[in-house]
Amino acid sequence: MLKDQDRIFKNLYNDQGSDLKSAIKRGDWSSTKELCEKGRDWIINEIKSSELRGRGGAGFPTGLKWSFAPKEVGSRPHYLVINADESEPGTCKDRDILRFEPHKLLEGCMISSYAINANKCYIYIRGEYFREGQNLQKAIDEAYKNNLLGKKACGMDWELDVYIHYGAGAYICGEETALLESIEGKKGQPRLKPPFPALIGLYGCPTIINNVETISVVPTILRKGAKWFASLGRPKNTGTKIYCISGNVNNPCNVEEEMGIPLKELIETHAGGVVGGWENLKAVIPGGSSMPLLPKKICDTIKMDFDSLVAEKSGLGTAGIVVINNDQDIIKCFARIARFYKHESCGQCTPCREGSGWMWRMLERMAKGEASRDEVNMLMDVTKQIEGHTICAFGEGSAWPVQGLLRHFKKEIEKRNNFNPMVSRNRKIPYLVDQHLLEKKNA
Amino acid sequence: MSLKKISKEQPEDFEFSDKNLERVKKSISNYPQGKQQSAVMSLLYIAQEQNQNWIPLAAMKYIAKLLNVPYIKVFEVATFYSMYNLSPVGKNFIQVCTTTPCMIRGAYELVQACKEKISENENELSNDKSCSWVEVECLGACVNAPMMQINNDYFEDLNKEKTLKILDQLIKGESPKPGSYRGRLNSEPENNRKTLLDIKNA
Repeated sequence: MLKDQDRIFKNLYNDQGSDLKSAIKRGDWSSTKELCEKGRDWIINEIKSSELRGRGGAGFPTGLKWSFAPKEVGSRPHYLVINADESEPGTCKDRDILRFEPHKLLEGCMISSYAINANKCYIYIRGEYFREGQNLQKAIDEAYKNNLLGKKACGMDWELDVYIHYGAGAYICGEETALLESIEGKKGQPRLKPPFPALIGLYGCPTIINNVETISVVPTILRKGAKWFASLGRPKNTGTKIYCISGNVNNPCNVEEEMGIPLKELIETHAGGVVGGWENLKAVIPGGSSMPLLPKKICDTIKMDFDSLVAEKSGLGTAGIVVINNDQDIIKCFARIARFYKHESCGQCTPCREGSGWMWRMLERMAKGEASRDEVNMLMDVTKQIEGHTICAFGEGSAWPVQGLLRHFKKEIEKRNNFNPMVSRNRKIPYLVDQHLLEKKNA
Repeated sequence: MSLKKISKEQPEDFEFSDKNLERVKKSISNYPQGKQQSAVMSLLYIAQEQNQNWIPLAAMKYIAKLLNVPYIKVFEVATFYSMYNLSPVGKNFIQVCTTTPCMIRGAYELVQACKEKISENENELSNDKSCSWVEVECLGACVNAPMMQINNDYFEDLNKEKTLKILDQLIKGESPKPGSYRGRLNSEPENNRKTLLDIKNA
């Protein structure tokens, strides 16, 4: 178990209060000026050598991302955008940061916008987090009052303005280019990449977009040193991470732990174990609903970091762990996830818009046992036709959970949906669209 | 992208109150000059707040004129995002999360409670016209599942009984207390917490 002194988010459960005074007591804002004065290159190199990877799902190295921004400000200003549009089912870590550690986020904004030469920072919060946004606004006002933000921020010759932009209930706005569209006051439909936002982003200007958790850990890394951060976890998967453990566990909770902690240890130590005991475990979704599930056999030994999970054809994603035990109908659970994706598809690319609904309807029928046997393979085919054929990663996000289900629980689906309409020609199957073909001999 | 019904009964015109015009100015000033279209989302929120939690077409036209953008640009934003209500909802607008993490912890019991207390179908006003409910996708409080949102507040760690009690309070005109209903501190583990105990006990 991670030692308490190595935890970054000391106020994760709000034992102390989120105001500036208690934040300073916890060490926030203590040497922001000194850190910035060490220079942009030092900050970016320190983050690079800490091997911090983005905490928003894709796991892209943060230092590398920052180095893509132009070194000097040209005719266009630079922007920093914080992605707080947390809507991935199973994930609720950013909410606690916004509520209880807003000053960590703001200090992170200060340092990272200095590193990438941005004078303006937008924080995009999902609309449902109204109270969390209010709390963050309170923290911003406090910071302005104490000259930590605004003109001459932290006593430096540097200006930084931080604004909150509320979303309005669209999951797709968590995708970085859709988020930019949304800030520009348009529908949240992702843009084609390239050009990447680091060169052409918000209002056509260079923009760096990071997750809340990524930015919030930056000040602590710089203060304690990249070496300390890199000593936790294992190479390329360093540091600590907030895990959200939900579903069929005895004590669902958010907890900050080291990268690469075994899944079983994580669930048994912090979440009080699976309801009905470890033997009652059916499957775990390891990183928010977009990531393929892991059956119990893999869960016994898997370690929670980016590379170990990719090796098992899943991913760490946002580290939102959803535990599903044997009391649940696994097909029903995934039909519900498919419904989520059907609801949230932005409607821009045909494979995703049509395919997500198709997958949902098929899975609903499979949950009831009304599908025919060959539809199981057809479902796999549909997922393959969505994956990789869309502008953004939503296509993968909606196809992967279904692929994971088929990979590990195909037998269970086939057992429930075992009739073959081609053999029993005499049966009346009213929903089969191609019924007329069966009656024609040479069709 | 969700299907949304636009109310058939629309008010003739709409205008921001003086107090809200101040807020409008403030939110337009958050964005660079000439990029006032960015403020359309917050303006729609202000309009929704001013007009009993729903946005009439007149408000969209008004906002379009105010921001100097075509009406369709405002209309497409209002219809794209699911949090803008385009037809009247109850004064207490209840959103029950039923996505998988909530579902496996019994979110459909909450839906049942809403059906019993408020109305048989979603988006229907209750008998006294004070409440309406709707099933929504993940609200991002999965470790506190099952949960629901009433107006701006999250009600967490619920079950059917507790939901019925909350809805009763709402119908009586009281305002129930938001937060966890199993008495835990935010998202900490309920029993046997092992981390940050020094800080808790300090």
